[in-house]
Amino acid sequence: MISFPTQVDRKKRFHQAIAFWIARIISYSILLILFFILFFILKRGIGVINWEFLTAMPSDGMTKGGILPAIVGTLYLVLMSMVIAFPVGVLSGIYVNEYAKEGAIKQFVKMMTNNLAGVPSIVFGLFGMALFVNRLGFGASILAGSLTLALLALPLIIRTTEESLKAVDDTFRHASYALGAGKLRTIRKVVLPIAFPNIITGLILGIGRVSGETAPILFTVAAYFLPKLPHSVFDQAMALPYHLYVISTSGTNIQASRPIAYGTAVILILIVLGMNLLANFVRSHYSRKVKMK
Amino acid sequence: MRTKIETNNVHLHYGDFHALKGINMQIPERTVTALIGPSGCGKSSYLRLFNRMNDLIDGVRIDGKILIDNTDIYAIPQSEVDRLRRKVGMVFQKPNPFPKTIFENVAYGLRVNGLKDKKLIEGQVEKALRQAALWEEVKDKLKKSAFELSGGQQQRLCIARAMAIEPSILLMDEPASALDPISTGKIEELIYELKSNFTIIIVTHNMQQASRVSDYTGFFLLGELIEFDETKKIFRNPEKQQTENYITGRFG
Repeated sequence: MISFPTQVDRKKRFHQAIAFWIARIISYSILLILFFILFFILKRGIGVINWEFLTAMPSDGMTKGGILPAIVGTLYLVLMSMVIAFPVGVLSGIYVNEYAKEGAIKQFVKMMTNNLAGVPSIVFGLFGMALFVNRLGFGASILAGSLTLALLALPLIIRTTEESLKAVDDTFRHASYALGAGKLRTIRKVVLPIAFPNIITGLILGIGRVSGETAPILFTVAAYFLPKLPHSVFDQAMALPYHLYVISTSGTNIQASRPIAYGTAVILILIVLGMNLLANFVRSHYSRKVKMK
Repeated sequence: MRTKIETNNVHLHYGDFHALKGINMQIPERTVTALIGPSGCGKSSYLRLFNRMNDLIDGVRIDGKILIDNTDIYAIPQSEVDRLRRKVGMVFQKPNPFPKTIFENVAYGLRVNGLKDKKLIEGQVEKALRQAALWEEVKDKLKKSAFELSGGQQQRLCIARAMAIEPSILLMDEPASALDPISTGKIEELIYELKSNFTIIIVTHNMQQASRVSDYTGFFLLGELIEFDETKKIFRNPEKQQTENYITGRFG
């Protein structure tokens, strides 16, 4: 019988412990940074948040009053861009993964989707202005802004849909075909329900991305100062990220606007958080419906 | 006995690979036929011809004639393939219930094929679960996920799912290879009982299983059907030396 040197074991264990600790410290420090940012913003912004801040129009050159139009504008933009991007993105993902034959066209579509995901958001903004605002004549409006934001979120939703569908085991598809189900029915009744909780992740990511973007709405919808709520999709609107940008860089009195800027940031974070929670709830609801366990 | 399935000089290519080389076979109605042979011999590919599951693989080419009830199933239009699969049920190697409830798993095939009447569906689900000898075990938890069942129960659920739409042929691709001996025994008993209603073709690696459950046995080797005869004959007195070598365990 060979006797293995005991030092080797000890050394192995030591190396392992070090590796774990490094990984642990790194992940904790990321959390720490996140908490620090949140704390910093909350500490400076929480003071200005009250009922009036949430429900009043900005006043006195945006140094006083509330941010209601920006909240409403952002909610409209997120909602409408997702209403546009989600079905289009999911259908595209289904096409790419389930219908498109392996080959040049599929590769091209996938490559273009990836490229689209890498395009800087200001370029989307310019494109949206050229196409939606000018060419199609929507003017600077919620419609034009939502369409631009939808384009921005589209690659994200297509990719997650594609990945979620790819993760569905082929044995489920085969079992369905073997029972005489066609392709469409198999996708609708078997594949999509299994993939849906993961597809919702795409929606969550899309919401997060869209609600915080400034550049795409800059030329397509955002108003510098508009103390009334939009009445139709052809109206301009204020939006939280752009409002934040305006009162921190080009307001009438930047110093006096500072607390409002932080308050706006807090509300923006809360909205994103709230939408993520909602999407998570939907996700777990569908997970329960799919009886994987 | 009436011939249910007949193949005449069937060849199958996966791209450049010649997987089946001129297979001729006549399978009588309401019998169990076992397909045996070493891995990669083509027996699963052959099984998958009968419900056209090979169509799902890119680069497959099929020549020759495959007749079910005297109809060439590769001459029918694409739209008829779903109907063919309704008639030719399949049970897969690994239990693959849908992530749905036990009830919905069995009801799926009925709904897919246009049944809407709730009473009718319920009756049919119960009947199928009884046929699969699973009813007593699951009747109180039909609303539970199929994934809560054991592997053996899941496979019997898959058999019930396949039987619910009342096919006349049941294809089984190593249905017990992922199961323990007790579950395997139950599946074999089941196959024996189902014979009175279905024409069953079963692919198996297990010699004993083939000899226990089947009436006819086909031995495949490297894409060729070496011998096809009554199971008794194959196991007691095979014509070909290769068959004898295989069933006595001298290779494979």
